[in-house]
Amino acid sequence: MDWCLPKVRMSMFAVWSRNFRVWRKLILPSTLFNFGEPFIYLLGLGLGLGSFIGEMDGVPYLTFLPSGLLASSVMNTATYEGLFSVYTRMVPQQTYEGMLATPLEVDDIVAGEMLWCATKGLMSSSAILVVGFLIGALQDWQAIFCLPFFFLIGLCFAGPAIVVSSLAPSYDYFNYYVTLLLTPMFIFCGVFYPVRTLPDFIEPFIQVLPLSHAIALVRPLASGQPLHNVLLHVCVLAAFAGIGFYLAVVLVRRRLIN
Amino acid sequence: MNSSSVSDPPIVLAKNLSKRFGDFLAVDDINLSVPTGGCFGLLGPNGAGKTTTLRMFLGQSHQSSGSLHVLGQVMPEQTRSVRRKIGVVPQLDNLDVDFTVIENLKVYASFFALNFRDIESYIDELLVMVELEDKRNTRISELSGGMKRRLSIARALVNKPKLLVLDEPTTGLDPQVRHLIWSRLRELKNSGTTLLLTTHYMEEAERLCDDLVIMDKGKILKRGHPKQLISEYVESDVIEIHCSMEMANSLLKQVSDIRYELVDETVYCFTNEPLKIIKELETQAGLTWLHRPANLEDVFLSLTGRELHEAQ
Ligand SMILES: Nc1ncnc2c1ncn2[C@@H]1O[C@H](COP(=O)(O)OP(=O)(O)OP(=O)(O)O)[C@@H](O)[C@H]1O
Ligand SMILES: [Mg+2]
Repeated sequence: MDWCLPKVRMSMFAVWSRNFRVWRKLILPSTLFNFGEPFIYLLGLGLGLGSFIGEMDGVPYLTFLPSGLLASSVMNTATYEGLFSVYTRMVPQQTYEGMLATPLEVDDIVAGEMLWCATKGLMSSSAILVVGFLIGALQDWQAIFCLPFFFLIGLCFAGPAIVVSSLAPSYDYFNYYVTLLLTPMFIFCGVFYPVRTLPDFIEPFIQVLPLSHAIALVRPLASGQPLHNVLLHVCVLAAFAGIGFYLAVVLVRRRLIN
Repeated sequence: MNSSSVSDPPIVLAKNLSKRFGDFLAVDDINLSVPTGGCFGLLGPNGAGKTTTLRMFLGQSHQSSGSLHVLGQVMPEQTRSVRRKIGVVPQLDNLDVDFTVIENLKVYASFFALNFRDIESYIDELLVMVELEDKRNTRISELSGGMKRRLSIARALVNKPKLLVLDEPTTGLDPQVRHLIWSRLRELKNSGTTLLLTTHYMEEAERLCDDLVIMDKGKILKRGHPKQLISEYVESDVIEIHCSMEMANSLLKQVSDIRYELVDETVYCFTNEPLKIIKELETQAGLTWLHRPANLEDVFLSLTGRELHEAQ
């Protein structure tokens, strides 16, 4: 296996813009999806559950829920792009095989794909942010500072997703990752309720999961509360992104350069 | 004929090049120097190791041992700068199905960091050259196999390569498309692009290649000009007779200087004096036979054998 450290070059933007071009052709349906989904979620769950729950952790539930969904939506969007779309380009469509006849190398492809996954995550959560403000669930303008964190969260989940794609013999294998890691994070990491309410022995496990750190950054910013331990959370997310990138490059090299 | 001269260094130089997949040696210690200019062929049956060899030339596969220089640069270390100067037509089309014809060329150009505006008119010329100008805005899924292959060739030329590598460029295409592709490749060759192609079609190799090697089971068996190989390895003429070996032997027992080979129901007679045989055969009513000049296929089959190669 080729364990050489990956190089980050400008050519990664060629890969990013190839994906952007494809996305631009489907801009209408994807915009409808990006805005329509959170509209339904926030209105339905936020208002419906909110009227029972009232406040959670000192914030109205109509604010608590979207401030968690902002983080989980980046996670889901970046992950699905890194799994299904990357796999499609790597295996059935042989898009990368075509790229590897040009000066692009696996390093550029993986870096470009990670940027693209993070971009899609950023787009989906920005849409939630807009909807949140429109329906009055979010009110504090400091929420705008979430945007760079959305991108970082996207990178953090893109790397591991591409690692899974590079190992998967077929689409069905994604179920392991989704069921064993993604869904548990979605449910246990504090999107719907504060992690504190879970039994004490579970908490340390939850704390190592990246979505907990993503929520720890996004929720206070979006709901107008003070941020704590920013450096720690940023470092954890960046570590997942960096290690994920390195492993993804090594494994995609193994799959494509043989 | 073209801009290169005898003194040019080889465009590809492989020394003791091997590629191993697990225990299996797909390319077995080959030494090869491909001259700059002209068309060089890599012939061999299925599984001979042609694609594996080309993939190493492109840095898409790294050799297990041996040294490799392409365009004077060391592979795989200098892959990026080598690929900048090479065009590739892969064995299986990998056009970008998310895009139309023209978008495929634009996006591919962007991978070479070429600015589309600078090469817009060149891309139009390429579309005309491969006769796809009316398909500019067609999606890839709506193209026929022949159109896809022509687009692959146009795509391989967007960076104006010095070396064009084609892996079975005309396999599975109808005669019209093959002739179109052959004539375009000949034009490219005459304008100074070096062509390196693999093929199963002996006719293709005879028409296009100035020099070729025959590979089998990862090794290079022979090298030479197509005509020279034919005269060296087989008699000038072949007569195929549909009959048993015994019958052929008894029919032609008066004629000397024949080499026989039986394949299925057909006896192949290799000879330098076909007229004597024909005289004998013409006396036999109801016998089916065919007289033809020897071709590269005969060389190929006599070197690589007639059994199915992937059966082992
Ligand atoms: N990635 C791989 N892993 C294992 N074996 C491989 C791999 N790639 C090729 N091979 C084996 O190496 C041998 C040579 O394959 P290659 O594709 O180079 O043949 P080829 O001459 O191009 O054949 P064809 O005319 O059918 O395209 C084959 O036996 C093939 O099964
Ligand atoms: Mg092949």
